This record gives sequence, C-alpha cells and structure tokens, in this order.
Amino acid sequence: MLCRMPDTLSIIVVEADRERAFMIVDGLREAGEFDIHVISEPSRLARQIQLQDPDVVLIDIENPSRDVLEELALASGPKDRPVAMFVDRSEDGMTSAAVEAGVSAYVVDGLQPARLKPVLDAAIARFRMFQRMRTELAETKRALEERKVIDRAKGMIMKARGIGEDEAYALLRKAAMDQNKRVAEIAQALVSAAGLLA
Amino acid sequence: MSLTRIPTGYVPLTDAAPLIAAQEMGFAAEERLTLDLHRAPSWSSLRDMLAFGRVDAAHMLAPVPVAAALGLGGASAPLSVLSVLSVNGTVIGVSSSLARRLIDAGYRFSFDDALSAGRALTAAAGPNLRIGVPFPFSMHAELLTYWLKGLGTDTPAGIGIRTVPPPLMTEAIRNGEIDAFCVGEPWGSMAVEQGIGALLLPGQAIWSFAPEKVLTVRSTWAETEPGLTGRLIRALWRAGRWLADPASCGLAAEILSSRRYLDLPAEIIERALSGKFTVSAQGLQRGAPGFIGFHDGAAGFPWRSQAQWIALQLARRNGLDGETALAKAGSVFRSDLYRNALRGTGADLPAASSKLEGAVSSPLLAAGESETVSLLKNRFFDGRVFDPLAAP
Repeated sequence: MLCRMPDTLSIIVVEADRERAFMIVDGLREAGEFDIHVISEPSRLARQIQLQDPDVVLIDIENPSRDVLEELALASGPKDRPVAMFVDRSEDGMTSAAVEAGVSAYVVDGLQPARLKPVLDAAIARFRMFQRMRTELAETKRALEERKVIDRAKGMIMKARGIGEDEAYALLRKAAMDQNKRVAEIAQALVSAAGLLA
Repeated sequence: MSLTRIPTGYVPLTDAAPLIAAQEMGFAAEERLTLDLHRAPSWSSLRDMLAFGRVDAAHMLAPVPVAAALGLGGASAPLSVLSVLSVNGTVIGVSSSLARRLIDAGYRFSFDDALSAGRALTAAAGPNLRIGVPFPFSMHAELLTYWLKGLGTDTPAGIGIRTVPPPLMTEAIRNGEIDAFCVGEPWGSMAVEQGIGALLLPGQAIWSFAPEKVLTVRSTWAETEPGLTGRLIRALWRAGRWLADPASCGLAAEILSSRRYLDLPAEIIERALSGKFTVSAQGLQRGAPGFIGFHDGAAGFPWRSQAQWIALQLARRNGLDGETALAKAGSVFRSDLYRNALRGTGADLPAASSKLEGAVSSPLLAAGESETVSLLKNRFFDGRVFDPLAAP
C-alpha cells in the first residue's frame, strides 16, 4: 500500500492511449487535488489495482478489461476494501450521466458521494469530449472512404462512356435516385462488379 | 403493421445466435417486434446497460442474474430470466506448450471424458495452473470449479481462476499469463486457428445439460410489460427452434459472421453450431454432438433448479448461507412467465418447474402440461445428482 495524505482521494485511470490518459489527468487536476495513477497495460490489471489500493478507478465503458474489475468487487476478506461500481450509491443522476458519457467508475465501499462528485464531473466532461471526437473521426473516415469509391466509379464511367467528370457524376446520382440508394452505395456496387468482371 | 422496438444487448459470441436470428430471420417481426441489437464490449457493461435502462433485454451469462439476486458483484437492479437462450457451448482449452506436455505424457485429446482430461491436465500442468474465464459470475467459472474439485484427492491447491475478457483470451495465452482457459465459442476455435492453443473438452463433458446464456430483463420491466415479455419469449423460442435445425447451421454462421455482429470468419463460427471441431493447430478433428443446444429437450425452459444449482455454487465460493441463497434464486428464473407465453403454441412445457439436475442418463419422456416432454441427457461427470429440496 502506498503512503499518501489521508484526505487526498487516490484515483486510478485505466487508459491505454497516452494522449487520452493525459487529458483525463489534466481534467481531474483542474477539479481538485487528487493522487492520480494511470495504468496503461491491461494485463494483471486486478493485481496492479490491488497493490495501489485506490479509492476510485475510472475506466472506459468500451474497454473489455472492465470485466476484470468485477473480480475486485468480490474481494472476500473483511480487511479487503471491496470495490463496487459507484452507481448503487449515487442519488442525483450521476450514474446515467456517466454511462451516457462512456465512463465506468469503481469506488471503495463507503466513500461519500460528495467527495466523489467533482471526480466524476471532471471524468464525465472528458469522456463526453472523447465520445464526440470518436464520432467525428469515424464520420470523417467514412466520408473519405466514400469519396475515394465515388472517384473511382466516376473514373470508370468516364472511360467507358467517353464523357466528362460532371456528366459521370450526374449519371451516378441519377442511378442512386432511381434506386433509392446513396451515391456511395451505387459507386461501391459498380466498383465491386467491375472487379469481378476484370 | 407497426413494430415495437426493444433495445436489446448482446456480447459477440456464437451463442448470441438466438437474438440475432430472431431479428434477422423475422421471428421478432412475427411477434410485431424489432430487436434493436446493441453489441456490448463486456459482461459488466451489458449488465449495467440493462440495469440503467439503456437496453430492455439482454443476452446474459446464467449466473449474472442469480449473483445479482444474492447481492454479489457490482450494483444492479433486480433481474428476471425469461428463458434459457442456450444450453452448453463453452470449451476448455490449453496453451500449445501445455498441449505438448499432455501429448508427451500420452494423453490423446479424446474430447469427451472430463475425468481423464482433468487428471491429465493437473498432472501435466504442475501446481500453479492458471485458468482464464470470461467473468467471475459465469458457468465457465462454476463448471471449472466443480470439475477441478471433483477430480479426486490429487487436485493441486495452487490452481488460480482469473478473469480474462474473451477477445483478450488468445493474447493472454500468447503472453503466458494463463496456461488454460474456459471460454465461449468462437474464442476457443480462434485460439486453435491462431496456433496458440488446443481444445481439451467441451463444457458439456462436465455437465451435459448446463444452462449457459439466458434472456434477461429488469424485473420491473417484466412486471410493467407483460405483453412484450410474452412476445419476446415466443420470438426467441421460434429462433431457437430454427437454429436447432441442422439445415440452418450454414446460414446462421454466415449471419453471425457479418461485420455488424461477430465480425469473425463464418467457418470458425460454424464449428460450434455443427459440433465439428479442429482441436489442435495440427488439425486434429473431434466431434461434439449437441455441443450447443437452442431448442431440443425443452432447452429454453428456465428451470428453477438450474438457478438454484448456480446459487448454491456461488454461495459456497463466497461464504454465503446456502439455504438463503436457494430461496432467493428460486424466483429469478421465471418459469411462470415462460409457461404463460408459450401455452398453446405447441412448445414443450414440462409439468414441473424444478427437477433433479444430473439425474437423466439417457433421453427420456417426462410429464408435460398437455403432452409428454422429451428431456435430453443431463449428467454431471462425477455422477452426482443435485436435489434442490435436499440441498444444501
């Protein structure tokens, strides 16, 4: 067990991505004085957490390693400080806010909700930001992929029919409208079919 | 016809098939339902999604709702089991290096005899065997514990069972963090495919009729939505019947393999559905007929005695009073709701809601509500019988 100021909450953040870990730690630092550790390596997670004996563990809901923490909730000896998901003792909707934002928090039994609130508020704010970034990234990637496929399809039509770019795109768009599909879907179908015929 | 949307959670495993088939093959639509399927990254997150109402129904490890009733594990709302989605379907495997030691010791990987496999394993592994299971409250953990205890006097004391999420299981073997594992398919076959492990036993070799995944809802939802509850049970019963038809196997594997669901090769998923396994990286083939059950032998019926068997194991391992645990678990598996939903549909409904577990050595006919019900083999490897009335 580590020595620390008796009143400082100790927090473990389980996060493999360095950037994200830094951002969470910064967010928590702004919210108050905490003793914060980051665990980036999922192996032997249960053991690492037992050694550090934190008051709060924060982990991404999407992280499959979360199931390992359930083992800690089973801590059996009377001297073990059982870890429970915080939600059973929160009264003010923090739970659903956290779940919506994508963060799970495990806290030791008996921790006052008032002491927990700033930690969770800060974590929730960061995780919401990550969620937005994740969605934006996925959307951007998808848009880029679609752009590439549409460009290829356009090129194929231009060659096959000896027409210009705008005309080729107009053909694609018309086919999409006629079939009640998206332009990207029609383009994908054309590219796949051409791959088979080649 | 308007469909009622039910947000439903599942963990990407072969035995999520009934929920996926119910949606994809139109069994849900027949009941005017749309299952809005959410893939969950872990069992704890799925349990919490259910408890907080982000989903109304979930694919769940049979011990999770029982553990919740006993107050074990993370916080949860009271949960009710509407039906058993699958019987059996787990697999026990070992790392390649442990497999080599077993072969050197003359073990032939017969894939059917739990007693000889267990003795060979504990002899070859030495005193500090580490076994990975997906979740602390799982049939994997219960079956392993039951098996290792039942092997006789020479079970080493240093055996450790630890939690490793299924998608990380192959990595944990590769890194030498565990020597063996018990996991749901297709993760056992994935370990074989990646050349890092060999399969030792199907879970059914320990208990031939073990409830594995259950259709779980919040108890309050079951109370306030009796109509939806019945429609959901019927849709899943039809999906299970379809999956049990050998002709469905190929298509079911295709659907499961899609990117939306498991996102893994159909050929590997099909092994569990067909019961035909490649058990070693060298291509050794073994059959496990009835590896996973979705329908036959009244598979969907949520027997109170199944919940009670689980409760008693949980109580013993966690120092709880057995009698209290049995009483609390009895009402978690809702055989009453299952009967109400399926009466008059031709589904097998046994006359009793509780039975001796482990007492059927070959298929037999039992009393049913209207007609007789055929029950499949239900034996523990050590021949013991669990009588919920005589326990603990």
